[in-house]
Amino acid sequence: MNLFYAIGKYVMLMRRVFTRPQKRKIFRQQLFTEFQSLGIDSLGIVVFISIFMGAVVAIQTAYNIDSPLIPLSMVGFTVRQSVILEFSPTVISLILAGKVGSRIASEIGTMRVTEQIDAFEIMGVNSANYLIFPKMVAALLINPILIIISMWMGILGGWLAMVLTGLVTTHDYVSGLRVDFEGYTIFYALAKTVVFAYIISTVSGFFGYETEGGALEVGQASTKAVVYSSILIILFNLVLTQILLT
Amino acid sequence: MIEAKNLNKYFGDRHVLIDVSHHFEKGQTNLVIGQSGSGKTVFMKALVGLIEVDTGEILYDERDFTRMNFEQRKTIRQEIGMLFQGSALFDSMNVEQNVMFPLNMFTNKTFEEKLERVNFVLKRVNLEDVNKLMTPELSGGMRKRVAIARAIAMNPKYLFCDEPNSGLDPQTSGVIDILIKEITQEYQITTIVNTHDMNSVLSIGDNVAFIFKGKLWWTGSKDEILQTDNRELNDFVFGTELTSRLKK
Ligand SMILES: Nc1ncnc2c1ncn2[C@@H]1O[C@H](COP(=O)(O)OP(=O)(O)OP(=O)(O)O)[C@@H](O)[C@H]1O
Ligand SMILES: [Mg+2]
Repeated sequence: MNLFYAIGKYVMLMRRVFTRPQKRKIFRQQLFTEFQSLGIDSLGIVVFISIFMGAVVAIQTAYNIDSPLIPLSMVGFTVRQSVILEFSPTVISLILAGKVGSRIASEIGTMRVTEQIDAFEIMGVNSANYLIFPKMVAALLINPILIIISMWMGILGGWLAMVLTGLVTTHDYVSGLRVDFEGYTIFYALAKTVVFAYIISTVSGFFGYETEGGALEVGQASTKAVVYSSILIILFNLVLTQILLT
Repeated sequence: MIEAKNLNKYFGDRHVLIDVSHHFEKGQTNLVIGQSGSGKTVFMKALVGLIEVDTGEILYDERDFTRMNFEQRKTIRQEIGMLFQGSALFDSMNVEQNVMFPLNMFTNKTFEEKLERVNFVLKRVNLEDVNKLMTPELSGGMRKRVAIARAIAMNPKYLFCDEPNSGLDPQTSGVIDILIKEITQEYQITTIVNTHDMNSVLSIGDNVAFIFKGKLWWTGSKDEILQTDNRELNDFVFGTELTSRLKK
């Protein structure tokens, strides 16, 4: 019952979010601010995590190849597949749900409890559109870029680990990267990313927007935003994998 | 003029506004007074549509606000300025951007024209050289004044102030009261002020409405308020040590 009520409220909020912004110029300015705070500010952590995860996958694979029948190029292949199919789109999206989702929910939640949202409404501004729409558009555009960067960094991390440990040569690693490569996997990864970006921005926006009370409730809203975005990402990951890979 | 006719509002099964009817005059500071929790904020938010009433009508100069949708209300909203209980300044913007915000959203003026208007209203509330300060750098009294400046930036016909002097020292709140009264008369605004501060009542209360437990209990002027024998109103007015001594 409660769940249906929340879904109903979410749908109603989305109907207000998906309208034309009052002023195109202001929307454009907001979009650039959001590119900065949702995209550029997340770049560091995305690069850091991706390099290390790529390295770990490479090392694990290399140590587990003990049969001479398995070529060492298997390492490059494994890193590529795991990074592109799951690690970059799903795990990095989960990280972004934590970082970006909590920021969106607490920012909007604070505006709610300090009556700033009422102040927008009283001026005749559609606050749902003004606050959530630019964040959503920015996330839809910028997350795929972050994920592509993450893919490259993961592959780079794997290569660095192999070169530094001397387990696999550059030649073997790179030839592994090229084995059976299908462009469709990139499409699959980016399609997932876009759906996850939508989930992160709107679900967090929803929990922030519906905050009632004070500072304590803003904290709770921010936690809920992260938990529910993460759960939805995991669920949709399964659904999209079924739809896109079969 | 704003008219409220038989407003009722329930939260769950709590009846918070009980059949409230009242009208607010143009060019006057119309006060709504009452104890904490009596329903002043709910009444004000109902008048501007931030809370939907369950039954009743609200008329802005004969225009029926209750039956309008968001788009239709937009016209009236642009004629409304509101000062919130906690100022509600946008904390991602500095003073100038706060005051300029409604101008950016709803006018096609050039930046220079808008800046001129911003400086004009800031000066009107006795603030100068604060354009670039951010909200946390302002004192409580300055915040209220910036919020008033933002509320009057669009030349509103209707001004709503929810406890404009809560949290301020008596002297500063006196200044804010006078400012609101002056602006109201100067621009012939229909102004509604929520307060539980007797100082404000005695200084600017031309037209006072007393709300008691969600009902409109008494209306009159600041002079009548001291003579009344309405018990609940007397308890409210002379509830403090200072005022009860004054009565004696
Ligand atoms: N969103 C809400 N949901 C449920 N009850 C509410 C809500 N808003 C207000 N109330 C209740 O309505 C009543 C009137 O509250 P209101 O905020 O109007 O009081 P007030 O007169 O403005 O008090 P104060 O002087 O403290 O600001 C209170 O009992 C309050 O608990
Ligand atoms: Mg109040």
